[in-house]
Amino acid sequence: MRGLADLYLQQLKTGVASMLQYRATLLIWLIGNILEPLIYLVVWSTVSRSIGGSVGGYGARDFAAYYIVLMLVNQVSFTWVMYEFDYRIREGAFSAVLLHPVHPIHADIAENLSSKVVSLPFIVAAAAGLTAVFHPAFKLTLGMVAAFVPALALAFLVRFLVDWTVALAAFWTTRVTAINQIHFMAVLFFSGQIAPLTVLPRPLQVVATVLPFRWTVGFPVELVLGRLTRAQVLTGFAAQGAWLLAAALLLKFAWRVSVKKYSAVGA
Amino acid sequence: MDIAPAIRLRDLKKTYVVSERESGLRAALASLIHRRKTEVRAVDGITFDLAPGEIVGFLGPNGAGKTTTLKMLSGLLHPTSGEVSVLSYVPWKRDRAFLRQITLVMGQRNQLVWDIPAADSFELNRAIYRIPPADYRSTLDELIALLELEPLLAKPVRNLSLGERMKCEIAAALLHRPGVVFLDEPTIGLDVTMQRRIRTFIAEYNRRTGATVLLTSHYMADVEALCKRVIVIHHGKLLFDGELADLVQRFTAHKTIVVQLKDCAADLRAYGEVVSCEDGRLTLRVPKAETARVTEQILAELPVIDLTVEDPPIEEVIEHVFARGAA
Repeated sequence: MRGLADLYLQQLKTGVASMLQYRATLLIWLIGNILEPLIYLVVWSTVSRSIGGSVGGYGARDFAAYYIVLMLVNQVSFTWVMYEFDYRIREGAFSAVLLHPVHPIHADIAENLSSKVVSLPFIVAAAAGLTAVFHPAFKLTLGMVAAFVPALALAFLVRFLVDWTVALAAFWTTRVTAINQIHFMAVLFFSGQIAPLTVLPRPLQVVATVLPFRWTVGFPVELVLGRLTRAQVLTGFAAQGAWLLAAALLLKFAWRVSVKKYSAVGA
Repeated sequence: MDIAPAIRLRDLKKTYVVSERESGLRAALASLIHRRKTEVRAVDGITFDLAPGEIVGFLGPNGAGKTTTLKMLSGLLHPTSGEVSVLSYVPWKRDRAFLRQITLVMGQRNQLVWDIPAADSFELNRAIYRIPPADYRSTLDELIALLELEPLLAKPVRNLSLGERMKCEIAAALLHRPGVVFLDEPTIGLDVTMQRRIRTFIAEYNRRTGATVLLTSHYMADVEALCKRVIVIHHGKLLFDGELADLVQRFTAHKTIVVQLKDCAADLRAYGEVVSCEDGRLTLRVPKAETARVTEQILAELPVIDLTVEDPPIEEVIEHVFARGAA
């Protein structure tokens, strides 16, 4: 355990040092992460105002609150491992990783966390700025914030494990970009990014409940905004727990099969 | 008493299935429906042992199956058939204890983190291999001294020259003091001085740690300096396994006779193939079996100032071996 903690610490240091080498890239990436929720915020606020104040239970200031929190949650749970895998397999860089006497997911989690350590202050500042401009309707309670922390941690873990498992597709096809695209569309729709899920038609809401994506973005957001009943909160945690377990098992299996495949066809 | 080999291969085979198609749009469309698959035998039944502490040169032309073999030995590739054992482990099972005791350095791939100083990558490897701090410190100091790394440690890896980067790559790969070292073209693209430094270092590392080293290189100087024994493969098959000197003996049909005369006036074509003549220094190529007779004849018939009989350069021998293997 101490060895693993040491590994995480070193990977975090290395990750932060690498991130800081590319300040311009970091800035562009941050602007993207802020712009996307901002666009949805503006669109949905405008829609709700134009049709008399509310869409799916959200007024203009509710949308502002939703998207400002979503920006923070998405920042925490977002991963880009698919692109990494695509590159690693195409360039044969995976061999070096496979020679290490440790599971490669640890390095990826640590690297992901390190980028967040660097970018989070900027995102928090952006959230403060948007709060000043859009006057969101926050009704935060201490209990909700306390429940939000584990929900956010689980959201990160579930999303990481799911994304990492999907990224293993790179072992099977050299054109993994198409799979990534489908995955991202699914995330966009069913996680609550394109619109709060209660705004979507009922059938889509049902689909979203079954898929993992909602529990990695929308659930923590709705939770902290006090939009969920106690039962819904408990259901949410149960869903996160179930997905964590399912994703971990799936990952373990998929990893074993993928490495076997990799070592059969060569690097 | 027999010592268990550090590396043991028995009838090792690796066959790749590759899809192929002809050029052009029609073939591209056809390949959508039906892909023609062919089998490529990259390694075709190789057997050898390496004793602990040996440095062995693993030679063969491009595409002979050297890298595929090294990948099977380091656990990156699953063999199609045959047996492999490295330090009594089955490599492709990728046991953590096994991975902690080996290293694979590929001259054309880098493992260091590109954007940060090499020292930080070393520290990361310490954590990955769980090297105890005291061991880490002493090994690192030793590597810094042997490879003269001190001035390079603080520079981001991307700012290092190819040779400097290679030295850092090698240091990173050896921090955990592996007992088995696979080196795939470690001196590729480096200048002569840097090649020599890396060679000296490999020999020194082997002497100090008793590590078993399997080395591929296209530079015969590497092989001559480091390896008493060489294994030659071609088209995935073993062509030769033995001492470098025997390879030269076995595969050279010719010897070179260098005769020092007063000038280049004499016509020596009757004695053998004249390779060159400069300031009376004449180089003659003769069939090996004829060497003694021709030497005697030259000494008897010509005003010789000096005469030496040499084996052809090792590059020439290897070229000859490859050509025979291809035939």
